[in-house]
Amino acid sequence: MSIFDYVAPYDFSALTVLSYMLVLAFYGYGVLRMPEGDRPGTGRILTFVLGVMLCYGVMQTRFDYYSQYMFFVHRGQHLILHHLGPFLIALSNPLPVMRFWYNQISPGLKVALKPVGFVYRCLQQPLIASVLFVGLIYFWLWPPIHFDAMLSRNLYWIMNWSMLLDGLLFWWLIFDPRSPALSSALGYGKRMLILALVAIPQMVLGATIVFSRGMVYDVYEVCGRAWPMEPATDQLIGGLLTWIPPAMMSILGILIILRRAMHEDGKYPTRSNPLKVTTS
Amino acid sequence: MSFHCPANLRSWLQLPLLLATTFLLGGCLGEDASWHGKDIQGLMPELAFELTDTSGETIRAEELDGQIRLLFFGFTSCPDVCPTTLQKLSQAIKAMPSEMQSQTLALFVSVDPERDTPERLASYVDFFDKRIVGLTGDEPALRELAKRYRTTFGYDEPDADGNYAVSHSSAVYVFDREGKARLLLRPNLSADEIRQDLVALAGENS
Repeated sequence: MSIFDYVAPYDFSALTVLSYMLVLAFYGYGVLRMPEGDRPGTGRILTFVLGVMLCYGVMQTRFDYYSQYMFFVHRGQHLILHHLGPFLIALSNPLPVMRFWYNQISPGLKVALKPVGFVYRCLQQPLIASVLFVGLIYFWLWPPIHFDAMLSRNLYWIMNWSMLLDGLLFWWLIFDPRSPALSSALGYGKRMLILALVAIPQMVLGATIVFSRGMVYDVYEVCGRAWPMEPATDQLIGGLLTWIPPAMMSILGILIILRRAMHEDGKYPTRSNPLKVTTS
Repeated sequence: MSFHCPANLRSWLQLPLLLATTFLLGGCLGEDASWHGKDIQGLMPELAFELTDTSGETIRAEELDGQIRLLFFGFTSCPDVCPTTLQKLSQAIKAMPSEMQSQTLALFVSVDPERDTPERLASYVDFFDKRIVGLTGDEPALRELAKRYRTTFGYDEPDADGNYAVSHSSAVYVFDREGKARLLLRPNLSADEIRQDLVALAGENS
């Protein structure tokens, strides 16, 4: 196989390619046109592009082929779509670029976008966001659903896109660059708590797959593997990928938030009122 | 600061819960218990291919319309899965009422065109049953067909004698007379369970 075969999409999706092109085009144009002072540095731009390209790579190259026919590669794909890619994108803080575009759109469109904002704020409720984040992993890994998703092309695309979009929402909630002291962004303590909480069910799920004696996901057995590999090994590595890297990313996220919280310590006056002596 | 959007969080939580319950119950009750195989109606596209039969002629899926077709991928040097499956399919078809037998056809698609010539394929399928048709094609055509049914195949490194293993789907895809994808037969089904499914399918709109 030539290099082209590895880079070309296995299952071409015009909507997917177009979406990625638009995201990069809007980002690039925004970066070039925005005022010098707001412009993100090279490191942040590279982090953003890397995050986007990683997600594109697992969706529209040969990687997608292996993801469809090997359980552990599929887990790797979701690790990037739901964790690593959105993690990098959120960490790169594209907020100034989004602000730039928000200022460009007409007031009429802003009104039309109001319902989107409402849905967004509801999805970003800490509890809903956490349940959605873990729930989607469990949902798509629920054996009968997983079986159908791997058999149906439409379901497969819905699965991958839902993982990516939910990953973006979740990590954006966690790495929201606005300080909770100055805005309505989620407090640092709550962000860390969420990260710790979502790690536990993911570890439970991963460990369950790792320690399963039988075949949990027989669709790969039924539909043939990309290359002859021991099914138990495939499942074991897939389980480990569900278990360890997401847990590590939660820890990493907590450390990043902790660092940010320490930097802001004492910087802003606290919102809580000083103790008052109450006279009865 | 946290729950400022919905005033009544309980009602918000109830909705997804309700949806999940409906979905779960729907999934459980909706499952047609009469099938032993997995119902794949609506999940997969209808049968379409252009392959070579054992006489070397090109054959298209439409030419076989009007019959229930069982699609199975394999290769003739296959040590275990293929002979077992073909044996089971042959037993299941032979146990069907005779008028239904003539409307049922198993399609054995060899994904090893390098070794499986039409002649070799012919002698292989004839050994099992006359209701089993051997098909093959060049690798791109086979790849396309496999991709259409969300499956794949791969070749192992050849050993010193040039023998190599081929990984392939172990399931049988069942299509009705119109070519619609209906059932996926997992390898753990018995010949009798397959027969029951085929009879039910044949009796549907005959």
